[in-house]
Amino acid sequence: MGSRASTLLREEEIEEIKKETGFSHSQITRLYSRFTSLDKGENGTLSREDFQRIPELAINPLGDRIINAFFPEGEDQVNFKGFMRTLAHFRPIEDNEKNKNPPATEPLNSRTNKLLFAFRLYDLDRDDKISRDELLQVLRMMVGVNISDDQLGSIADRTIQEADTNGDTCISFQEFMKVLEKVDVEQKMSIRFLH
Amino acid sequence: MAALWPLPLLLSQHLWACLALTLPDEPHDGPPSVGFDASHVGPSVDLPGALRVFSLDYHHVQAPFEIVLWIMLASLAKLGFHWSGRVPAVVPESCVLIMVGLLVGGVIYGVRHSAPPTLSADAFFLFLLPPIVLDAGYFLPGRLFFENLGTILWYAVLGTLWNVVGIGLSLYGVCLLVPDSLGDISLLHCLLFGSLIAAVDPVAVLSVFQEMHVNEQLHILVFGESLLNDAVTVVLYKLFESFLRLPSVTGLDVLVGGCRLIVVGLGGFFVGLFFGLVAALTSRFTSRAQVIAPLFVFLYSYLSYLTSEMLHFSGITAIVTCAVTMKQYVEANVSERSNTSIQYFLKMWSSVSETLIFVFLGVSTIQDIHMWSWPFVCSTLLLCLVWRATGVLLLTAVVNKLRRNAVTFRDQFIIAYGGLRGAICFSLVFLIDDFPKKRLFITTTIVVILFTVFVQGMTIKPLVELLDVKRKKRALPTVSEEIHSRLLDHLLSGIEDVVGYWGQHYWKDRFEQFNKKYLRRFLIGEHHRARSSILRVYQELERREQQGDEEAPPLVDPRPGGRPLLPEEMDSIRRILSRNLQNFNKKQTPAYSRHTLHQDAMAMTALHRHQSLPERHTCNRSTLCPQRAEGEFSKSYRGRARLSRSHTVCSASPRRSEPPDSVDPTALNPTQPSDPEPAEEQRSPLHRAPIERATKKQLSFVLESETRQ
Repeated sequence: MGSRASTLLREEEIEEIKKETGFSHSQITRLYSRFTSLDKGENGTLSREDFQRIPELAINPLGDRIINAFFPEGEDQVNFKGFMRTLAHFRPIEDNEKNKNPPATEPLNSRTNKLLFAFRLYDLDRDDKISRDELLQVLRMMVGVNISDDQLGSIADRTIQEADTNGDTCISFQEFMKVLEKVDVEQKMSIRFLH
Repeated sequence: MAALWPLPLLLSQHLWACLALTLPDEPHDGPPSVGFDASHVGPSVDLPGALRVFSLDYHHVQAPFEIVLWIMLASLAKLGFHWSGRVPAVVPESCVLIMVGLLVGGVIYGVRHSAPPTLSADAFFLFLLPPIVLDAGYFLPGRLFFENLGTILWYAVLGTLWNVVGIGLSLYGVCLLVPDSLGDISLLHCLLFGSLIAAVDPVAVLSVFQEMHVNEQLHILVFGESLLNDAVTVVLYKLFESFLRLPSVTGLDVLVGGCRLIVVGLGGFFVGLFFGLVAALTSRFTSRAQVIAPLFVFLYSYLSYLTSEMLHFSGITAIVTCAVTMKQYVEANVSERSNTSIQYFLKMWSSVSETLIFVFLGVSTIQDIHMWSWPFVCSTLLLCLVWRATGVLLLTAVVNKLRRNAVTFRDQFIIAYGGLRGAICFSLVFLIDDFPKKRLFITTTIVVILFTVFVQGMTIKPLVELLDVKRKKRALPTVSEEIHSRLLDHLLSGIEDVVGYWGQHYWKDRFEQFNKKYLRRFLIGEHHRARSSILRVYQELERREQQGDEEAPPLVDPRPGGRPLLPEEMDSIRRILSRNLQNFNKKQTPAYSRHTLHQDAMAMTALHRHQSLPERHTCNRSTLCPQRAEGEFSKSYRGRARLSRSHTVCSASPRRSEPPDSVDPTALNPTQPSDPEPAEEQRSPLHRAPIERATKKQLSFVLESETRQ
């Protein structure tokens, strides 16, 4: 498994991914070996079953949604590039990056994009709004079966009420960002990838 | 200025207290320790043979009387501080208290011409320190603490070691440079002195930092360090002390000392863990005698402290671990009122202790036994600052590479500058075996403490503002934040799993699963287990709104019809209507039982009331709760949530012209008052209860009714 990994990834691919995501060479190769270890079918792409085979992910309440986030719209397979693109959201924002001139397009691990990723976990139908039902679904997943529907409803109502500024009883992305402005998202949504 | 009129009143009470303390003429040689030697019989007025109509026997009550007077003095000083206008903004409370202590000490000295009572080390370590540390541990922000635990331990252990060795060695160097006056201080003495002066004191740090509102990470770093360095301090102090008694010190002894460090730290930790778990288990069974539930919290914590002191482990580590361990289970197990009691008592005791400590620091400064030496004192001060600064810089440089969130230079400066010394050093220095230069040590310690508390304490706040250190964001956590944070946690654990990275979230997840599977099942009573943290935050917020409402002018209006217009927001409506619920439930007064609060017993009956309310909403009958008990549980929730609507009708009925602006007025059936009407009539005679207490009680009882089922 290991030997095949290093040969299948070409240098120019590594360069592309580096440019797009900002990961370093060693990080990319390390993540590629992880990718191949997950890829039981050895066809260079991951399917949903491959992800579901990860044991801890199976007991994660949001496991399905996280898996879903890796797959682009309507597709069932994700290649290494897509895999890296998703993971790029969780790269820590380094201080020196802030000093260089800001790139033309916003990097994948900017605060806005991180929040957008989290937003999309709620917003399954991609209408850019978190409706009460979508919120309830996620709440139910996170909170377990011991809370009654009513109480969950009150909590959902309260959440929407706290965020909703334009009164449409849905949370738009702007409202979502505003609610989380006090939370240190850059730090929370970062994983120190091993060098 | 008008607000300063209580000040003269308090000052006169002070004077009275001072005089009372100076009056009894006790014959003894040295400075007496606080109030523990009232074993003699003093003179009393005695008419020969006749029956006395009026007699004064002060010595019978002397000991407790004096203790109470001291506590009274300290507390009045604290009150006076808060009434004194602009002073609190400039001078931290600890400084004012020390100054009061100095004053009182001076008065006592002047009147009695002998030293005033000093703070005995036993009284300090056994009675005054535990409440403060318990309070600190109980209210420790758990999540933040554990996230930064590595850094905190790094600073606490390595930083303290660095400081101790550095200060000790350099002081010895200074002593060598000035052989004529300081020649007889050996290296071990210097190291011993270094070990007690290097430790940052949690009491002083707490009192200064809590007025500063720096960002939470900084706060937890300084504060956590001050709590955990106790283990290192204790070990090193005892180590050097025992070395002093040994004829010679070998390398083996040093190695043993190193092992002791680990044993002391871990020993304290495990003792605390054990008592914390036992306390959690005990609290599970307190549902039938709720009034004493808070007592168990205090008893077990204190017991853990005493046990670990008995075994020469680190008492502070034990009590902090105990508090952190038992907190989540205790809070889930005991009623809301007991929780509130626990929190209030903790705050009260720690406040009293802290005040007493600072006052006594001031009083004990006035003594006969000072010895001054310019080089020693000045060099100590300088070295403390220098070594702390270099220590923090070096350690942070290393630890920043491993941290997610770097500690900035400004934060580092505050960490270094905020290393205040306090009463722990003071007590430790008194405990040293006597040797010729002990008085010098005592004087130097006092000077260092006063310097750090006054100079550093007073200037740190302006410095924080000057350097523009990131401040704490003061908002209450909202339900949204809690939910979204939880979402992010799950997300991050998931991504860590995908990447195969055993990061912080992974371990947190594993612990949470262990917690849920084993610990919670064992330690929390069945009825209380359901709550998830999201629910807890939600209920906490509701409760806070209720409490916050106490500050609003009470709507004490006996006639139900005369209630003012309901405000528009959903929450205000719910608040007011909850008050109404409280009143009509008071009618059903059960027999007063010795072991449950009036409030709690009532909660049972309230449930039946809920069920009789007409159900106007097509709320999903919870199919997840098949048993009858749980059915009532869900009904009570429904009742509570829907209470606003059903009761909106009640309160609307006397004023039928004015439909309240509740959430969905259209859903309300205005022709329903027949059922809740009797509730209305019951309400009126009961409205005499003060509204403020009603609000808090109401929600607490509702929460209890929820948890009871």
